[in-house]
Amino acid sequence: MNQMSMDVGTALGSSEAVADAAPKMTARNVAVSYGATQALRGVSIDVSTENVTAFIGPSGCGKSTFLRCLNRMNDTVASARVTGEIQLDGKDIYAPDMDVVQLRARVGMVFQKPNPFPKSIYENVAYGPRIHGLARSKADLDGVVEQSLRRAGLWDEVKDRLADSGTALSGGQQQRLCIARAIAVNPEVILMDEPASALDPIATAKIEELIDELRGKYAIVIVTHNMQQAARVSQKTAFFHLGSLVEYGDTREIFTNPREPRTKDYITGRYG
Amino acid sequence: MSGIGAMFAAAFGLGVLAWWLGRRKALAFVAAPGGDRIGAVHSLPQYHGAFVAILALLPALVVLAFWGLAGNGLVAAEVLAGLPEGTRPQPGLDQAAFLSEVRGLVRGDYAAAFNPVAEGAAKAWVAVERRYAILFGVAALAVGLMGALWGWTRLRPDFRARSRVERLVMGLLILASLVATLTTFGIVLSLIFESFRFFQMVPITEFLFGLNWSPQTAIRADQVGSSGAFGAVPLFWGTVFIGAIIAMIVAIPLGLMTAIYLTQYSAAGFRKVAKPVLEVLAGVPTVVYGFFAALTVAPAVRDFALSIGISDASSESALAAGMVMGVMIIPFVSSMADDALAAVPASMRDGSLAMGATPSETIRKVLIPAALPGIVGGVLLAVSRAIGETMIVVMAAGMAANLTANPFNSVTTVTAQIVALLTGDQEFDSAKTLSAFALGLVLFLVTLALNIFALSVVKKYREAYD
Amino acid sequence: MTERLATGAPTAWGSDAMQNRIRRRYRQERLFRGLGIAALALAGGFLLFLLTTIVASGWNSFRATEVQMAVTFDPARLGVDAAAAKADPNLLAKANFQGIMGDASDAQFGRGVRIVSDGAWLTLRDMAQADPSILGTTQTVWLLTTSNIDQLAKGAFDLTIDAADLPVTATEIALWKRLNSEGKLRTGLNALFLTGADSVDPELAGIWGALKGSFLMLIITLVISFPLGVLSAIYLEEFAAKNRWTDIIEVSINNLAAVPSIIFGLLGLAVFLNTLNMPRSAPIVGGLTLALMTFPVIVIASRAAIKAVPPSIRDAALGIGASPVQVVFHHVIPLALPGMLTGTILGMARALGETAPLLMIGMRAFLTSVPQGFTQPATALPVQIFIWSDNVSRGFVEKTSGAIIVLLLFLLLINGLAIYLRNKFEVRW
Repeated sequence: MNQMSMDVGTALGSSEAVADAAPKMTARNVAVSYGATQALRGVSIDVSTENVTAFIGPSGCGKSTFLRCLNRMNDTVASARVTGEIQLDGKDIYAPDMDVVQLRARVGMVFQKPNPFPKSIYENVAYGPRIHGLARSKADLDGVVEQSLRRAGLWDEVKDRLADSGTALSGGQQQRLCIARAIAVNPEVILMDEPASALDPIATAKIEELIDELRGKYAIVIVTHNMQQAARVSQKTAFFHLGSLVEYGDTREIFTNPREPRTKDYITGRYG
Repeated sequence: MSGIGAMFAAAFGLGVLAWWLGRRKALAFVAAPGGDRIGAVHSLPQYHGAFVAILALLPALVVLAFWGLAGNGLVAAEVLAGLPEGTRPQPGLDQAAFLSEVRGLVRGDYAAAFNPVAEGAAKAWVAVERRYAILFGVAALAVGLMGALWGWTRLRPDFRARSRVERLVMGLLILASLVATLTTFGIVLSLIFESFRFFQMVPITEFLFGLNWSPQTAIRADQVGSSGAFGAVPLFWGTVFIGAIIAMIVAIPLGLMTAIYLTQYSAAGFRKVAKPVLEVLAGVPTVVYGFFAALTVAPAVRDFALSIGISDASSESALAAGMVMGVMIIPFVSSMADDALAAVPASMRDGSLAMGATPSETIRKVLIPAALPGIVGGVLLAVSRAIGETMIVVMAAGMAANLTANPFNSVTTVTAQIVALLTGDQEFDSAKTLSAFALGLVLFLVTLALNIFALSVVKKYREAYD
Repeated sequence: MTERLATGAPTAWGSDAMQNRIRRRYRQERLFRGLGIAALALAGGFLLFLLTTIVASGWNSFRATEVQMAVTFDPARLGVDAAAAKADPNLLAKANFQGIMGDASDAQFGRGVRIVSDGAWLTLRDMAQADPSILGTTQTVWLLTTSNIDQLAKGAFDLTIDAADLPVTATEIALWKRLNSEGKLRTGLNALFLTGADSVDPELAGIWGALKGSFLMLIITLVISFPLGVLSAIYLEEFAAKNRWTDIIEVSINNLAAVPSIIFGLLGLAVFLNTLNMPRSAPIVGGLTLALMTFPVIVIASRAAIKAVPPSIRDAALGIGASPVQVVFHHVIPLALPGMLTGTILGMARALGETAPLLMIGMRAFLTSVPQGFTQPATALPVQIFIWSDNVSRGFVEKTSGAIIVLLLFLLLINGLAIYLRNKFEVRW
C-alpha cells in the first residue's frame, strides 16, 4: 500500500455502514444515451436513508449522468434517452403516470456550482415551499425558512440579513443556502453533484459536516471526484468507470479492500 | 459645375499613368544586376507605382474638391459683382432667392426667368463658370504632374515605397472613421444652431412648458413669438402616449411571450422557422405600416369606438397608430428579451426545475426576475425607437395637437410635426420652420439619453452573469 | 408543517389538497404555454393579415382596363398635312390627337362623358407614327379607360348600395354595363404602371419614376457608405489604439446607429441643402443623407465580421514577414468580406424602405417624368407610396398597394440575396 491509500485509510469516517432497512431508491440496469453516444450502461444500485452514498470515478465516467437520472433532470436535455428501471419507494419514476414536478420535490438536488436565485436569502429558501404550497401561513413559511436554514447550518450567519441577496453570500454560504433551499421542500432524497468542488477547504469541511448531520433524515447521494471526501462522508461507495458501474459496496470495503483491480488502481492514484 | 465629372476622370487617368511610370522605373531596379536579391529593392514595384500615383492624385483631387465645394460661391460672387449697380439684389434672403433662380435657369429647371435681371445673370454665370472650370482644371493637372514628377525622381532601390503607401492607407482609414464623429457633430451643431435661432424668437421655457401648439399662426415674420403658439407639451405628450404607452402595451407582452415561447418551449425546428417570420415584421418599411394603419386599422378602431358609444372618436386615433407601431416593435422587444433570457445561466433554470417547479413557474419566478435588467434595457431601447418613428404617426395619428388621454382621439407627435413643418411651403427663417429643428434637438437628446442609459443597463447586466 | 419538517415525516403528496394543487399548477402551465403560442399566432397573424390586405387590394394595379372604340384619324382635325406626315412621321408629334379622341368619345359614349383616359391619345399618336398610312381612315382601337371604369370592371365597387354613396355616376355605371355586355371592355397587363411616372390620373400613374429615383439614390448610398463603413471598421478593429479619441469614435458610431432616421433628414436639410446649396429633391442629396444613416450599420456589421476572423491567421501572416497593412488587406478583409457584404446589403434594404428623411430634403415632389440623373428632381418608391396614400380615390388606393407590393418584392429579393451570401460564403471558425 502506498502513501495515498494510507491517507485515505486515516480519513475514513468513524461511522460504519449500517444495515439498510429498505432501499429508498433502486436502480436496475439503467442506461443513458445522448443521441448516438452511449453515456452509461447497466447500472444497478440501491440508495437508502440510513447511509450516505458516494459516487466516485474519473471525469466523464457517467456518475453525474446517473445522478441526474434519479430526479429526471436529464429530461431537460432533448437528446437524452434513459432505459432501465429506477424506482422511488417501489414506484417507477419513468412511468408515464409519474409526475415529474412531484418527483423533483421528493428528490431534491444540489449542484456543483452554487446557484442561488438572484433573490433575497429568505426568498431563495421560501421559493420551494411557495410553489408547492407547503406553508399555510406567513408564520408557517417563516418557520420553514428558519428550520431549513438551521438544518443547513446557515441560520446563525444570516438570521440578521435575510433580506440580503443570496448572491451576496460567500461561495460556501451560497452552497449551504442551496442545501437549505433543497431541504425546505421536505425532500426524501437529496442528490449532491460535487457540492464542494467550487469551495475552499474550510467551506468544504462545513458542507461535509452538514452532510453527516443530515444522514438518517434524508437519503443522500453525493457525487465527488475527491476520494478523501467520499471516504469521509459516505458509508456506501459506487465506483464508476467509462460509463459503467465497476464496484459498489461499503465505503470501508471499497477503500481498504477493493475487489476490482480497476477500483484499486483508481484509489491508489494510478489514474483519474 | 459642368464637366466636373470629366475632370475627376482625367485626374484618375493621370493617376493610372503615374502608377505605370513609377512601376516601370522600379521594375528596372529589379531587372538590374543583383536586383533580384532579397532586400536589394526594398518594396515591390507596385508600391513604387502606387507611391507616384498617390503623389499625382492627391494634390489634383484637393484642387478639384475645392472647386466642387467652393466653386459655386466663387462664381456667385463674381456674377453678383458683375451686375449693373442698382439691379444687384440685397444680401440675405433676396440674394439667396435670386441666386437660386439663376442656378435654376442655368440647369434648365425653369424655361423662363421671372426676374429679367436673372436672365442676364444666368448667361454671365455660364461664362464665369466655364472660365473657372478651365482655370481649376489646368491647376489640378499642373499640381498632379508636379507631384508625379517629384515622386518619380525620388524612387531608388532602397526607397521605402511600401511604408509610405501604408502610412497613407492608415491616414485614409482614420479619415473614414472620423466621418462618424463628424456626422454626430454635424447633427448636434446644425440642430443647436437652428434651435438657437428659434429660441431667440420664442422663449425656451414657453417651448418646453407651453400647453398650446399651433405654429400656423406664426407664418408671417412680424407675428412671431409671444403668441403662445409654440408650446410643445401636447407634442411631447402625444409622442409618449403613442410610442411609450400604447405601443409598449402591445409590444411588451407580445414580444416577451414570443421570446419566452421560442426560447423555452418550442422545438428547434419550429424556432428556426418562426424567428425569421417574426423578423419580417421588423423588415417591413414603416411607410407600409403607416398605410395599413391609416387604411385598415384606423377605420376599424373608429367603428369600434362608435359601437361602444364613444361619439368623439376620430378617424385618426392615437390607438390605431400606437397599436400598429407596437406590432412593428414586437420583433425588437422579442430579440432583446431573447438575449436577456439567454444570458441567465442555465444553472438557475436547473436549480428551479430540480426543486419541482414547473417550466412556467421557473420562467415567471426565476428567469424573468433574473433577466429583468436586460429586459428593461431592451424595452427602453424599444421606446427610443418608437418615439423616433415617423411614418406611422404621420399617416395614422394626425396633426391635431390635443392634450388628451383618450386613445380614440387624435394626437400628434414630435416627428409628425417635424414632417408637417418642413414639407410644403416654407421659408427658412420663420419660427415655424425653425421650430422643427428645436423639436429635432429634443428628440435627438431624448433618444440619445435613452440609448446611453439602456445600453449601460444592458451591459452591466451582461457583465453580472459573465 | 414546521413540525413535519422537524420530525422528518414525508409530505403527504397523495392528499386531495396536494393533488388539486398540482392539477392547478399544471393548468397554469398550459395557460402560460398557450399565451406564448397566442402571442406568436397574433404576431404572425398580423403579418399575414397585413400582407393579404395589401396583396388583395394591390394586385389589380398590375392590370388595366381598355375600351374598344372607333377613331377616325382625320388629318384636318389633327392639324397636319397627310402627305407630309406620311413622309415624315415626326410631324405628328404635336398633332391634335386629343381632338380626334375626344370626338370619337363624344360620338360613341355621349358628350362630356369620360370613359377614355385623358392620356390614351398617346396610344393613337404612337399608332399613327408607326404607320402613317392610317391617316384619313377609321380604326378600331383599344384605349385605356378612366380609373372609374377600370375600378367598375375590376369589381371594386359594391353596386348593391345606394348609387349616391358611390364615387361613380349612374351614367358611368350604365355605360359600363352596356360596354361590358357588348364585349367592348377588356382587362390586360398594365404596362404603364411599371414604366410610367406619377400622374394626377390614377390610371396613368406608374412607379418607374419613383423606382429609378430609389435606384439612383441607393447607388450614391452604396458608393459612399460601403467604403467608408468598411474602412472605419478596419481601423477601429485592427489598428486603433485604445485612447480617448477611439472611444469618441466608437460612441459616435454606436449612437448614430440608434438616432431616429428623421434626424438625418434634418441634418441633410441643414447641411446639404441650406449650407452647401445642393439641388433640392435630387437623388444625390437623398443618397448622401441615407449614406450617413447606413454607414454606422455597415461599420457595426463589418466589425463583427472582422472580429470573427481568428487571430491565428494574423499571426501566421505576420510570422512570414507581412506588414500589418498587408495582413489586413491580404488576409483579414478577404475572409471578412462575406460578412461585410451581408451587413451592407441589409443596410441597403433598410435605406430602400426609408421615407422620413427623404421628406425632409424635398423628395416628395409631384413628378410626371422619370429622373434622368443624380441631380435631377426625383422621388423614391416609399415616398411615392406616402404621396399616393394621401389620395382617397379607389384608383390610388389600388396603386398605393401595388407600389407596396413592388417595394416588398425588392426587399425580399435583397434580403434573400443577403441570406444566400451568408449561407454560401460565411465560414464558421
